[in-house]
Amino acid sequence: MEKIYSHPKSLRNLSTHYCPGCGHGIAHRLIAEVVDELGIREKVIAIAPVGCAVIAYDYWDFDCSEAAHGRALAVATAIKRVRQDNIVFTYQGDGDLAAIGTNETIHAANRGENVCVFFINNAVYGMTGGQMAPTTLLNQKTSTTIKGRDAGLHGYPLKISEMLALLPGVKYIERTSLHSPPEIIKTKKAINKAFLNQIEGVGFSLVEILSPCPTYWGMAPKASLDWIRDTMSKEFPLGRIK
Amino acid sequence: MKKVLISGNEAIAEGAIQAGCTFYAGYPITPQNELIAYMSSHLQDKGGVFIQAESEIAAINMVYGASAAGVRAMTSSSSPGISLKQEGISYIAGAELPAVIVNIMRAGPGLGNIWPAQSDYFQATRGGGNGDYHCIVLAPASVQESFDFMRVAFDLADKYRNPAMILGDGMLGQMMEPVKISNTRNKISKIKKSWALTGCKGRKPNIIKSFYMREGDLERFNLTLQKKYNQIQEKEQRFEGLFLDDAEVILVAYGSMARIAKSAVKFLRSKGKKSGLIRPITLWPFPKDIFKRLAISHKPLAFLVIEMSYGQMVEDVRLVLEGKARVEFLGRSGGGIPTEDEIIKKVMRL
Repeated sequence: MEKIYSHPKSLRNLSTHYCPGCGHGIAHRLIAEVVDELGIREKVIAIAPVGCAVIAYDYWDFDCSEAAHGRALAVATAIKRVRQDNIVFTYQGDGDLAAIGTNETIHAANRGENVCVFFINNAVYGMTGGQMAPTTLLNQKTSTTIKGRDAGLHGYPLKISEMLALLPGVKYIERTSLHSPPEIIKTKKAINKAFLNQIEGVGFSLVEILSPCPTYWGMAPKASLDWIRDTMSKEFPLGRIK
Repeated sequence: MKKVLISGNEAIAEGAIQAGCTFYAGYPITPQNELIAYMSSHLQDKGGVFIQAESEIAAINMVYGASAAGVRAMTSSSSPGISLKQEGISYIAGAELPAVIVNIMRAGPGLGNIWPAQSDYFQATRGGGNGDYHCIVLAPASVQESFDFMRVAFDLADKYRNPAMILGDGMLGQMMEPVKISNTRNKISKIKKSWALTGCKGRKPNIIKSFYMREGDLERFNLTLQKKYNQIQEKEQRFEGLFLDDAEVILVAYGSMARIAKSAVKFLRSKGKKSGLIRPITLWPFPKDIFKRLAISHKPLAFLVIEMSYGQMVEDVRLVLEGKARVEFLGRSGGGIPTEDEIIKKVMRL
């Protein structure tokens, strides 16, 4: 019988520290599967974020660097510029990419750096205990918006992917989700496209992945998936943005 | 070997290129703009990577990335910009990456002004960012040394896997002097960087990080850092001494300030006043040994520390002498520079 599914070589065979129902484990695995399928494991250099996925380098089995909070795209820019034959990607959360790292994000995109960005949007700060993120929805309760996010006080959910799409240096942006198997398959396809773009020298590619955080949404894992489908994806519509 | 007339800022840039630097990222700030401009053309011409970053923070994090990928990388700025870089410098120290950071100091605090100053000594020698770490700090006093010390800085950074800082000031950066340019690019000591991120072909994956969450891990790591710092303190103290054999008053000054102090010493000598000079070249490690030796063997009347600040290096002199010798101070900052006359008067009153 032909073996058609196994543990990815690019993912160490470990239990993760992630909470039950968290999306990070799925996203890590999708990236590892694509890296294996494209045969680029020995060329990959990943930049791990500050946030829940800070120790992504303990799970992936290829070269990785940590970056200071928000600075992943500055680090990635330099690595790719000095090692153009390597495949460089960042893995960043919403606080990292769209709050503290907004400057680095916009300018790396505007320079058209030939790197991939995997942007995990779970609308909350996970590692620090569930505070408001730039992508937190209006009325969403967090530990710093206990009555819900109020536009007058806290501003609006930041659609950074739509903002980045305006820049001529950006070649590909797609928003996907992890809330159901079909959406997970679409996410994997988008990750694959982003890597292919880099391999072919197309340029800056970003995949925004809506990802569940049951712990800080105060929901059961299944309810979290439904919330992405019914609520979060209304604010952050899925599909190709650029 | 050709001799050219260039500014301190340009000498630093050319010195870096000759030392094998192939990556530069920076953000404009006065008084070091000639450096970034020089790099933008000359480094690229030689096949290196130049990036004008969106901020000083981005620039230092780019240096972190380039260094992680195994190349000789640097950034430069001036005081307020160096404050912004402290986050990245701390991460570079924590990840044990070699890198060179140039600070062409201006007066502070805050935006201050663009006049030369030496008021970032504490920030440079104590670490500057969060955590227990040190940069190796070199202080050139001429345009020639600005060129020469880049090689030293890159070599030390690679040798110890540690950030090295060139601490100059606006006067040194802006002034022009003839410089012997030695073409050394093809004679660079190649230290093998087996830790660098190159893709994991034929080896286990490399990880560059400064994060240690498991109980005991960070303390163990910090102890290895401390061991390295002790080794640097033992082996890398550098200074220039002038008339130390019979000096009764020993002036202590670094960088541009040392040149004025040197003129004062020569004038005082011509008047029969036995003075001398210690010019620290490494500010960290501070050249402790010479102070200790002189305090015991020569018993000078006093050490007079002169700075373009209100008293920063003087604290190191007091720390190292542990009350065994008299320490006096003369300093100005914010636009003013202690003059030769002021130094001479101060010495005559001792």
